[in-house]
Amino acid sequence: MLLIHCPYCDETLPELEFTYGGEAHIARPENPADKTDDEWRDFLFIRTNVKGPHFERWRHAHGCGRFFNAVRDTVSDRFLTTYKAGEPRPDLAVLLEDAAKKEPSK
Amino acid sequence: MTHFSALSLLKNALTGQKNWQEQWPDSQPKAEYDVVIVGAGGHGLGAAYYLAKEHGITNVAVIDKGWLGGGNTGRNTTIIRSNYLYDESARLYDHAVDLWEGLSQDLNYNVMFSRRGVLMLAHNVHDVQSFQRHIHSNRLNGVDNRWLTPQEAKEFCPPLNISPNARYPVVGAALQMRAGTARHDAVAWGYARGASQRGVDIIQNCPVTAIRRGPDGAVEGVETAKGFIRAKKVAVSAAGHTSVVMETAGVRMPLESYPLQALVSEPVKPIFPCVVMSNTVHAYISQSDKGELVIGSGTDQYTSYSQRGGLPLIEHTVAAICEIFPIFNRMRMLRKWGGIVDVTPDRSPILGMTPVPGLYVNCGWGTGGFKATPGAAHTLAWTVAKGTPHDINAPFTLDRFRTGRLIDEAAAAAVAH
Repeated sequence: MLLIHCPYCDETLPELEFTYGGEAHIARPENPADKTDDEWRDFLFIRTNVKGPHFERWRHAHGCGRFFNAVRDTVSDRFLTTYKAGEPRPDLAVLLEDAAKKEPSK
Repeated sequence: MTHFSALSLLKNALTGQKNWQEQWPDSQPKAEYDVVIVGAGGHGLGAAYYLAKEHGITNVAVIDKGWLGGGNTGRNTTIIRSNYLYDESARLYDHAVDLWEGLSQDLNYNVMFSRRGVLMLAHNVHDVQSFQRHIHSNRLNGVDNRWLTPQEAKEFCPPLNISPNARYPVVGAALQMRAGTARHDAVAWGYARGASQRGVDIIQNCPVTAIRRGPDGAVEGVETAKGFIRAKKVAVSAAGHTSVVMETAGVRMPLESYPLQALVSEPVKPIFPCVVMSNTVHAYISQSDKGELVIGSGTDQYTSYSQRGGLPLIEHTVAAICEIFPIFNRMRMLRKWGGIVDVTPDRSPILGMTPVPGLYVNCGWGTGGFKATPGAAHTLAWTVAKGTPHDINAPFTLDRFRTGRLIDEAAAAAVAH
């Protein structure tokens, strides 16, 4: 069971309270009519599907009901951070450094 | 290579089972092949087998980062069926069922294909309408599928609870009699043996780190942990890791990788005669020949490469099984595991050519790739050998996500399948 920190409620709660919302920071095109077929494909269907730190959306469905963003490592499923919707993408290098510090020495 | 027969069994029994030959050697890579296949699961090994057998291309390597058949081929619930809604899917999956029927003889390897029937339960009006639509569509496509009343379903599968007081009452069912199960490991082993016999190299524990392209854009070969291997044709059949491999060739894929879990109970005597699926309650169950109940359901909600998945989904799955089959309430579960499945936006596979010359792909099977193994492998081998789409895999292009010509089985089933 994942434990997820809701940045609005400021509580760390079980996965069951949340629904996954797919990759984050995919902006809807400003002028849809100007987009080519290739650009529509990329917007609608192509995802990074990264093996490693993944920027993604979650919704606190059984809590405050709000969408927020998270960075989760898709290999270990460990969350590096969560942050409110609308906030800029956090710096990945800093996050990874912090995570390495917290990791117990092997 | 020993031909398996009653006679060879008897001969080896008399000599203390000490003279069986190795079924395939653990090969080391050569510098160059005509075709390199990335991923030694059923799909990849099958493609190598059909390349050698039907197209005479034997200078082929199948490369895997782990051991043969250790990915989704060894992690699925072994269900085989072809009752898909759309014409394109019905043809593809029914082609696979046609091949399943003769596979043990073709490979001289018992894949234990068992046509025990797949029963899909309807619990509400929507299910009834959707399944009857599927049945009509299937019959137009020559795919067997028929409608059963709850009593008929109970006769076919006696452990079924058809009480009207059930939380999810069974109001009918769709039955495909040609459908069933097969022994998943034997499929990988049988194809590996058949391919190896015809000269194919199977290279295990050798991750492919990148696909190398030349200045003209065409494929030149693959970088691996054991060095560069030259090949003018590369076919990627890497399931959940397809987008990672394809990215190295500069091709971004419309795929997301999710954990799909399954579990088995302790083995018991034969109790369960068929495969039962319930899309609404969302679980499916069958009994293996060893006696274990084999149980699965949908994917976890988040993308992951962890090959684990979370416990909430297992709880949900087991709760659904107990609801439909109260008889299994006190069964103990032995093991659970996860595989990483590559899911496309329309839940149909991507099979065949790519924009890169010499690069082919077989992916996007989502939660239902096992059933298609022979059909996918067979048509992929055709495409790799001839450099053109096969009549059956032609609609399953990568380009459909640009043109919008989707094969939307996701909407048709309304669940992962």
